[in-house]
Amino acid sequence: MIKNNKASTMYLLIVFILLYAPIAYLIYYSFNAGGTMNQFTGFTWEHYQSLASDTRLITIALDTLRVALLSALAATIIGTLGAIGIYYAKLRRTQTILLSLNNILLASPDVIIGASFLLLFTLVGFRLGFYSVLLSHIAFSIPIVVLMVLPRLEEMNTNMLTAARDLGASQLQVLKEIILPSITPGILAGFFMAFTYSIDDFAVTFFVTGNGFATLSVEIYSRARQGVSLEINALSTLLFLVAMGIVVGYYFIQKQQRQRKKTAQIDPTNHEKAVTP
Amino acid sequence: MLKQRKALSVPYYLWIALFVIAPVFLLLYQSFQNIDGSFSLANIQTYFTSTVYLTMTLQSFLYAFVITVVALLISYPAAYFLTRAKNKQLWLLVLILPTWINILLKTYAFIGILSQTGAVNQFFEFIGLGTQPLLFTRLGFIIVATYIEIPFMLLPIFNAIDEIDDSMVFASRDLGANEWDTFRSVIFPMSMSGVRSGVQAVFIPSLSLFMLTRLIAGNRVVTLGTAIEQHFLVTQNWGMGSTMGIVLIIIMFVVMFLTGKRRKGGQRG
Repeated sequence: MIKNNKASTMYLLIVFILLYAPIAYLIYYSFNAGGTMNQFTGFTWEHYQSLASDTRLITIALDTLRVALLSALAATIIGTLGAIGIYYAKLRRTQTILLSLNNILLASPDVIIGASFLLLFTLVGFRLGFYSVLLSHIAFSIPIVVLMVLPRLEEMNTNMLTAARDLGASQLQVLKEIILPSITPGILAGFFMAFTYSIDDFAVTFFVTGNGFATLSVEIYSRARQGVSLEINALSTLLFLVAMGIVVGYYFIQKQQRQRKKTAQIDPTNHEKAVTP
Repeated sequence: MLKQRKALSVPYYLWIALFVIAPVFLLLYQSFQNIDGSFSLANIQTYFTSTVYLTMTLQSFLYAFVITVVALLISYPAAYFLTRAKNKQLWLLVLILPTWINILLKTYAFIGILSQTGAVNQFFEFIGLGTQPLLFTRLGFIIVATYIEIPFMLLPIFNAIDEIDDSMVFASRDLGANEWDTFRSVIFPMSMSGVRSGVQAVFIPSLSLFMLTRLIAGNRVVTLGTAIEQHFLVTQNWGMGSTMGIVLIIIMFVVMFLTGKRRKGGQRG
């Protein structure tokens, strides 16, 4: 393997610094007593204290979490069952059509999703608020769940299904005892992705939220439009730590799974793995 | 028995009908309606005859193009060097991590950094360039949008280069090519699939980043996304908003077609 020389490592370091500088900037000024984002006058926890006593923001944060958990849960259930439906679709053409329909929302710009959902909710007379946001989040999270679950289904050993059927298992038993356990990692990954999609979304929520309900993104947007407030900096420090925690956790879960997979490959009783290189 | 299983997927099919197919038709239907709700081709006519809308679309296209090119120029070398780094998976994770931070917070950071007395202008003062206007300019918009899009460009290119078999590189070196030749005639052509998906992942969102134009560019930059948001949520002219939505969808399909997987060429699968 060709190794990097000094210049290329420097380049990587510069990109790294460029990518993290704005985030570091935000965090640094969250401790600024001066109240602006350009003159550091002294260290203070004041903005964190005002964050802790900002009941409006705390309510909004809890609402955001509630929407994310509920939408990820619903999207995971519907998406997993949908993936099973696609997997069992008899014709290859049906599968392709279903998958293309599935991917439309993933490829569409947020603005289009938001605008068209707004049209939909208005047409059926659905009131904008918590439920419209929840439904939209479920809707745009379903396709990613399907994409996470489907490869696991295709990896599944079909002999197991036939064997179970031969031994007299009912369809539901096959689903519960064989299919679900073997696609669990995909389901978890799907839930995780759906959760982060929901937490991060701004544009779609902004279109369908109406007046009474806000998520953190929408609230940050409206506060940022009014100018700099170091409370947002304090908030971003906290959110940065949460994001770091989630990603590091995910990284280690993935690493563990990769290791588990390796041991399965060495297993001599697993004929399918031994035959295919 | 079979029916039971089929019944389980019903919510998914309902979702496709309600949230995938219906919205597209609603957008189409709405764009054929004028402001008092009767059928007309007025919106489409206005769109294609008004210089305001056409220049806006063209400008939006140009902005997206510039953002994509700059992001590509920065990300490609980074992705290439990344594949040769010692702990490449960890490095990759570190460079991708900023995408996990809320886009509005990153944008908000630039309100501070690019302001009259912000970090960049303090630096300009220091090296004697003097204070330059950055916030609420087109340049500011391009800087922030590029910043946000870089990781999305980097990831697919990294994956494409990383998938290239090392023995290809060694073979090329054995046959007497130097590092640059190897890069030009082996690595670069084989990484094009990554470049294509990167362009796709950056160009389409760049057309529709309305919160960026509002927060960073003031009202100096109007992209298709900004215009759609304005027509839907501010001026309440949903018909025209939908027409522009359809235009955006068409551009999206064209970009996807141009950057889509090609059957021809060196790669299989």
